[in-house]
Order: sequence, then structure tokens, then C-alpha cells
Amino acid sequence: MEYLLLIYGNEADVNNLSEAELGAIYQEFGGFTQSIVESKNFVAGQRLEDVATATTVRVRNGKRLVTDGPFAETREQLGGFYIIHAKDLDEALAIAERIPSARWGSIEVRPIAPPPPR
Amino acid sequence: MNLESLYREEWRRVLATTVRLTGDFDLSEEAAQDAFVAALEQWPRIGTPANPYAWLVSTARNRVVDQLRRRARFEDSEAEIAHLASLNESEFDLSEVAMVDDQLRLIFTCCHPALALDAQVALTLRTVCGLTTEEIARGFLIPVATMAQRLVRVKRKIRDARLPFAVPPKDRLAERLDGVMLVVYLVFTEGYAATSGKVWIRRQLCEEAIRLGRLLSELMPRNPELRALLALMLLHDSRRMARAGPDDEIITLEEQNRELWDRREIAEGVPLLESALREGATGQYALQAAIAALHARAQRAEDTDWPQIARLYGALLQEQPSPVVELNRAVAIAMAEGPSRGLALIDQLEAKGELAGYHLLPAARADLLRRDGRLREAVEAYRRALAFVSNDPERRYLNRRLAEVEGLQ
Repeated sequence: MEYLLLIYGNEADVNNLSEAELGAIYQEFGGFTQSIVESKNFVAGQRLEDVATATTVRVRNGKRLVTDGPFAETREQLGGFYIIHAKDLDEALAIAERIPSARWGSIEVRPIAPPPPR
Repeated sequence: MNLESLYREEWRRVLATTVRLTGDFDLSEEAAQDAFVAALEQWPRIGTPANPYAWLVSTARNRVVDQLRRRARFEDSEAEIAHLASLNESEFDLSEVAMVDDQLRLIFTCCHPALALDAQVALTLRTVCGLTTEEIARGFLIPVATMAQRLVRVKRKIRDARLPFAVPPKDRLAERLDGVMLVVYLVFTEGYAATSGKVWIRRQLCEEAIRLGRLLSELMPRNPELRALLALMLLHDSRRMARAGPDDEIITLEEQNRELWDRREIAEGVPLLESALREGATGQYALQAAIAALHARAQRAEDTDWPQIARLYGALLQEQPSPVVELNRAVAIAMAEGPSRGLALIDQLEAKGELAGYHLLPAARADLLRRDGRLREAVEAYRRALAFVSNDPERRYLNRRLAEVEGLQ
């Protein structure tokens, strides 16, 4: 079973960190990623640019609408994600709690839906 | 053959094992229900099987397999077909040990922290206790359709997010057991809080909670906190006949006719608590049970060991800081050392503002002022409490007190 781990956190807080602090966090994330690659749970994972770079697209009545910013403003912003293999929700939660930013942000764990029946 | 008593005895065990054998929560529930109906039809003809549990489980399991086969054919789904194949090979362990584990798995799944608390409560009552959706809805005074929806949604999450049907590993057990105990306790308090005309319906919730508490302490006999929770429920439940008058009016602990307390429940609860304390129970349920036991022990209200109760509330406050516990502690101190000490604590609590708009604070204040003979202030405090109170029996109680105090002035 695959789960999407959505990594939320307060961007402003992260942007206020010093180079050294940021470096330590990146290193910790690197170690975490390495560990779930080795345990064969890793499928994919990326860090996202700040939400200030987000653009939203909608098509209504055949007309494209492009707006600056995310779909909804929230206190915590989506900053990255992992896709993992896990045998059940408990294993997925145990991996999610090891993501370094779980200590200050939050991780939303979503099962990836199976393909629709043929 | 009485279906109801069979259902009572076997429902949970049959469902728990069927879920383990098939891995499908939703289908198992339907199938288990069908199995009971089949038993009712067939047993009068073929005779009651030697092992009713085994008969019901294999009937339910076969129903699930039929369902899955139909679904697999319809959807031509490889996953379903593979699942079916593994089912046919799966071992069929119906031993006593496996049965205990199955029931624990079922309870831990229903009380999984990934599920909303109200959903945990509803699901536990539905699947572990075997209550109908209608009964649960009535117990919680919400529409049947709302409850049915809640159950559908929670079962969908169990399936789609793949919640494990498992007893948590050792390093998580204490934390997960806290969740289970909270669910049991919520079922109990929901039933116990009611003094309304629907007493007989909500009474069922108390009985189910006690039954769950018994089951859990049988399944995990070495856990003293579980035993303390069972003791707490028994000791509170023992006062049920004494705590409301014929018109649902509130009768305070002090005014209760202690002859009406259920001596059997007290006789069961006190030793349970004592053994739990001996084995190191220190949690909130143990402390609350110890307070209840001190009340149970007092022959008359004036025999109550208030200094000890005040100390226990102090310990409870450490364990679980809350303004309501603080208020209770203030009252206990007032009873132990005189109203003025308690009133000073209540004033401090009021100044913090955490209980603003909560009628029990001015009500407790009024009560202590009345005991202290400060009648004019008591009248004022009762009036303030009346301004905040929202439920009818409590309003009538406060009005009665107000009238008494006004009469004395």
C-alpha cells in the first residue's frame, strides 16, 4: 500500500533560521530519506519552493483563470512530500513521525487510492 | 433457542475472529449478522452445534468468501482474486488464545487514534458491544441517520487507509491503552450523566461500559489501570438508585439515602481498586476510584474522610490539570477545613477566568456560603449560578436551594 506524506510547516519560521540551523535541518532530512530508501519504504520525495511561488489554475466555461498564490491560505504551508510503501497505516504513521519537521510542523498521511477497476 | 442471549454471548467473539480470518471489517460485520440469522433458522432443525462459536465463525467466513468471489468476478479485480486465494489457504485457529487476541485486536482497531473520538465510541459500541445503530443513536441523543453515517464513514476509513487489525507493539501499548480506556470511560459517563426520563436507554450505556471494563481486565489481567477503571465505574454506578428523585431531581451525595447504594457493586469495586493500587495503579481512574471508594466507605455523609479526599484531588490535579478538578479540590478542602479556605480557593479560580460562564463555580460558591451562614451572599451566588445553568434538573436543584436560603434569611 502507498501513502502520501504531506509535509506542512510555517514557512516564516523556517525562513527566520540561520544558515547553520537550516543546514542541520537539511542534513537531518537527508539522513531520514536515506534510512527509508534503505528500508525500502521510499517511493518518491521532494522539497517544494515557498508558497509565494505558487500559481493556481482553474478552467471555467472553457476559459482559463490563472491566479497568484495557493488554492487556500493556511497557517501552515505545504513544503514538501514523500510517497512511501507501508504495510498499513500504523507503519506509515511510524515513518511519518520520524520526519524531522514533525517536531515543529505537521505531517498529513493520506492513503493513495488504488487504480479504478477495469 | 434464544437469539438475543446467543448474540450477547457470541457476537463480539464471532465478529473478532471473522475479521482476523478475512481481513475485511465491513463485510465481516454483515456476514456475522447473517450467520446469527442462519443459526436461528437452522439450529432448531439440525440441533445446536457442539461449538456454537466455531459454527458461527465458519458460516460468517464463508459468507465473506462468497461476497468477495462475487465482487472479484464483477470487478475482475486481480487484488480481490489474490486475496481470495490467500483466504482459502489461511489457517483456521479457533483456540482460546487466538480468541482472546482477536477480541483485543478488535478493540484496539475500534479505538485507533487515527479515528475521531466520537467515531471510536460509536464503532466500539457497534462492533465490540453489538449494539444496533438505533440503540447507539438513542444513547447519544442524536438522529439515527447521523449515527449511521458516522459508522459508514469510520468503516470506510478503516478499509481505505488500511488500519491494521492488530494489538499495538509493546512500546505503543500504554499510549494506545489510554485511548481505549478513554472510550470506555466516555461510554460510561455519557450514560451516567443522564438523569432524564430516558434513563432506561442510557442505563444500557453504563452497563455496556462496565461489561467492556470487565472484558478488558479479563483480557489483560496484569494491567492495574484497567482494573482501576472498572472499579471506578462500579463505584459510581453503585449510587445510581440514590442520585435522582422520582421526578429526576438531583440528590447530592450528602443527601443521598445510602441504603439505596448497590452494595454488590461496592463489594466488587473496592477490592478491585485495592488490588490495582497494590500493583501500582496511579492514573486518573485509580485516583477517581479512590475518591469514590472513600465516599462508599462512609456510613453517613458526616463520616466522609474529606482530608484524604482533598489530598486525592490534589494528586489528580497533578495527573490531569483541569479547572473542574481544581473546583472539586476546593470543595473538598472546604469540607475538611471549613468553608473559608475553600471559598478563598474558589475566588482564586474565578479570578483565573477559566470557568467563566460555568454554573458549577457559582453553585459551589453558593453552597459554601450557605454552610458558612453568609446567607445574603449565598442568595446572590445561587442567582448567578441560575443565570448560567442550562439543564433542567440542575436548575430545579438550584431553585430549591435558593428558596431554602431565602426562607432562612
